[in-house]
Amino acid sequence: MKTELTINGRSRAIDVEPRMTLLDALRDAAGLKGTHAGCEHGVCGACTVIVDGDAVRSCLMFAVQCDGMEITTIEGVAADPGELDVVQDSFCETHGLQCGYCTPGMVLAAKALLAVEKDPSDEQIRDAISGNICRCTGYGQIVEAIRLAAKRLRESNTAAMEAGE
Amino acid sequence: MSGPAKLFQGKYVSTDRRVREDPRFVAGHGRFVQDIDRPGMLHVALVAAQAPAARIVKIDPSAALAMEGVVDVIDGAELSAAVNPLMNGLDTPKVQRFPLAVGQNRYAGEWVAAVVAETRALAEDAAEKVRVETEKLGFVIDAEQALEEGATPVHPEHGSNLLLDRTFDWGPVDEDFARSDDSLKLRVTWGRNSTVPIETFGVICEWNAWEKVLDVWASIQMPKYADQIARALKLHGNEVRVHYDVDVGGSYGVKRGIKQTVLAGYLARKLGRPVRLIEDRLENMRSGDAHGPERIFDIEVAFDRDGTVNAMRMRALDNAGAYAGRAPFQLGKPIGAIVGPYRINSVQYRAMSVTTNKAVQEAVRGFGQAPTNYAIETMMDRVADHLGIDRLDLRQKNLIRPDEFPYEIPSGSKYDSGDYQAVIAKVLEQGDYDGMRAERDRLRAEGMCAGIGVAACLEPSGGNSSFEPLLNPANRTSTWMEGSRVNIDALGDVTVAIHTTSSGQGHETLAATVVGEVLGVDPDRVRVVRPDSLGSLPGNSPVGSRMAIMLGGAAANAARDIIRQAIAIGAHLMDADPGDCSYDSGTVIGPGGAEIAWTEIVDVAHRRFHDLPKGTNPGLTASFIQQVPTGETLPKDGKAQMYPCYSFEFHLVLVAFAPVLAKPELRRYVIGHDCGTVINPHIVKGMTLGGIAHGIGATLLEEFAYDGEGQLMTQSFLDYLMPSSHEVPEVQIVKHCTPSPLTEFGQKGSGESGYLGSPAAISGAIHDALKPWGIHLNKLPIRMAAISDAIAAAEEKGHP
Repeated sequence: MKTELTINGRSRAIDVEPRMTLLDALRDAAGLKGTHAGCEHGVCGACTVIVDGDAVRSCLMFAVQCDGMEITTIEGVAADPGELDVVQDSFCETHGLQCGYCTPGMVLAAKALLAVEKDPSDEQIRDAISGNICRCTGYGQIVEAIRLAAKRLRESNTAAMEAGE
Repeated sequence: MSGPAKLFQGKYVSTDRRVREDPRFVAGHGRFVQDIDRPGMLHVALVAAQAPAARIVKIDPSAALAMEGVVDVIDGAELSAAVNPLMNGLDTPKVQRFPLAVGQNRYAGEWVAAVVAETRALAEDAAEKVRVETEKLGFVIDAEQALEEGATPVHPEHGSNLLLDRTFDWGPVDEDFARSDDSLKLRVTWGRNSTVPIETFGVICEWNAWEKVLDVWASIQMPKYADQIARALKLHGNEVRVHYDVDVGGSYGVKRGIKQTVLAGYLARKLGRPVRLIEDRLENMRSGDAHGPERIFDIEVAFDRDGTVNAMRMRALDNAGAYAGRAPFQLGKPIGAIVGPYRINSVQYRAMSVTTNKAVQEAVRGFGQAPTNYAIETMMDRVADHLGIDRLDLRQKNLIRPDEFPYEIPSGSKYDSGDYQAVIAKVLEQGDYDGMRAERDRLRAEGMCAGIGVAACLEPSGGNSSFEPLLNPANRTSTWMEGSRVNIDALGDVTVAIHTTSSGQGHETLAATVVGEVLGVDPDRVRVVRPDSLGSLPGNSPVGSRMAIMLGGAAANAARDIIRQAIAIGAHLMDADPGDCSYDSGTVIGPGGAEIAWTEIVDVAHRRFHDLPKGTNPGLTASFIQQVPTGETLPKDGKAQMYPCYSFEFHLVLVAFAPVLAKPELRRYVIGHDCGTVINPHIVKGMTLGGIAHGIGATLLEEFAYDGEGQLMTQSFLDYLMPSSHEVPEVQIVKHCTPSPLTEFGQKGSGESGYLGSPAAISGAIHDALKPWGIHLNKLPIRMAAISDAIAAAEEKGHP
């Protein structure tokens, strides 16, 4: 079945079986391997991507359901190869990861939170990532990373406003 | 070595540096096995047994083979005729294991056939069309029932379900019991759980018929993996090439995928195409053979009225599941810390492992130490309760003192160093124990159940494999080495090679940091590479909290050899005695202060043979293979030096819950942690916090629960519950450093930290909260329903 997805700002026409999940389509049809399969039944959150602004589980959506929608995967977060965005860099600063498998989903869940909440409480941060299971970190350094990213984003916005931008 | 080791002051070691692996992962550019595409690759799906035990009468693949895109279907009969049985740790030759069931299956979910197709989806479709005709057999699920006279044997050829039954007597146990004022008995059970990485196990095998080599990419953490593949597939050792540059999406011990690899390897050779086997979650949970220990402890402990614990008898009965594998050794490792941090004079330890019709047990974080620590610490709580002594006072009374190291415990292992009293004192102070007690009492006054738990325990680290010869006299293993290589290229830049995969432990950061430290080079300028297994030095993978000690030691010693070579070259150029020269960050300094620059040393080594000292090879390269410190002898008289280094941790937890709903909430969590010199603080912190999260899961949530029909009830993440960011509290870490005298920088291991003490501490806190009812919940996990049911039952009887 032909379907058109807008992935990381680029429109792609792909031909997939109707039963193919968005997760499999991203990985196998679009070749974007940063989105990971964890449980494939909607619990672990490793496959999280952003669809039309919301963090969703790509294992629970069919690719054809996303026809015409805007999808952001982890590959769409960094500005350029080797250049991390603020959230990604904050995860590196606090070592908010170990094996890196759940990390793309965590980063995207964090970005979805920070898009709507500039100054999240710890409770809001924990709530935002509570659908993403991490078996390595015990979440402590992930919470620290998101706290730090929020602070940096606030400061850079303040600085930008003060500069009259 | 005498006297305590000095604190290490480094330029890079222990400093707050970023972890070099992190950027590729936050960008989604890790290279996991699922991300690797090989041209012409085929995909495997598995056909699973339905009953816990059944004779396989006939497997009919015709309907599956008739489907478009299906390439092959194989069963255990075909496979077992072509490959050797998988490695068996114990000397139990009749307990044979193959990747697919042969003749009969021995647990529900066991793989009986494999379907190979052009895509995974087609393979799954076809797997449903494979007809398996079976006759049900008797089965046994419970470890104690498996031991009974007349119990159904899981392996009839073996004759019984007993895999291992060894009793060790260390010291005058009977005499110590006789002379003690008092004794008590207890039984605690560690439930069957596992670390359940978010990435399932996966492997790709590809046979190159022109080179005669099997290429393997896998999400693996398995010692001697390539050797085991070669043995099972009847290949020469140098016909297997494992690619170590594959990122592993979590393991914590369990990613041992040998059966999966042998299956994929066989198929790749047979079909002449690359074959990929990636477990889906169901395959992983019920038949990935990655469940952890399931252990019943029966303990008898003898003590005096003043709280001195004199002797312990412990029987550990472990449910190994359907095949032997390496799992029974998990009863052996805890022998190296069988008395915990305490001066217990004598111990009798009976280690029993039995087969049942459950999935196969595999190594899990701590290799049996976490269950044992839970048992020891629960015992200490019970003794304190029995005597009416404060739990902390009882522990203090029995702790090994700082001036007693190195301290040999009854089982023959020497603890290298420690200052347990200092760590505990720091935790009580920095964690505000008094405030915590006030908070507990305030909660109780409000009608909540509230309790404080404590646990003190050890993390043996350095990972030798002494439990192998101790439990299996036919096994003569006395080394568990690790190699590393440092190369200086013609531009003078540094590259260090590590020879294993990693699953989040930060080995690239570790190797770069220690080599940078020794050579005086910024670790960010050090390149780290992972040659494949054929280009690698011998090693034993990151098991047993060993890499800081073993890879750290190997890389540091290789770097030291580079310095030795540089000094020899510099001294020759200055016409000086190498003994009168020194090295500082690349520069060789002569007796009168003359200096030879790094560029000059490199130029001589790489281009000017005529300027090299006589008998010196050109190039600047060094390899070092590190033997495990203390690993000098085989076990003798039932005693062994287990791991060389012993990290210490002390947990202090406040738990609260409402008496009716009884969902335990961790209100405060403080851990004191001493793993000697820390190489990278971020990594050690993460390990500890992650270990505590695993401990929370093991204590409150996670269990591979089987029903009476032998079916696994917790096969998905909807049933097998893992801690989320809501269940894991913010944890306060209190640091302490007692360096090890046995290692390069004084480092010890930390890969299992947190996990080794949190179950005892959380369980202890729940028991403190339940004190008014006098309830004991002696089996993990302690689910909220178990607590509320126990309270309701006690209240019906009129308690409190």
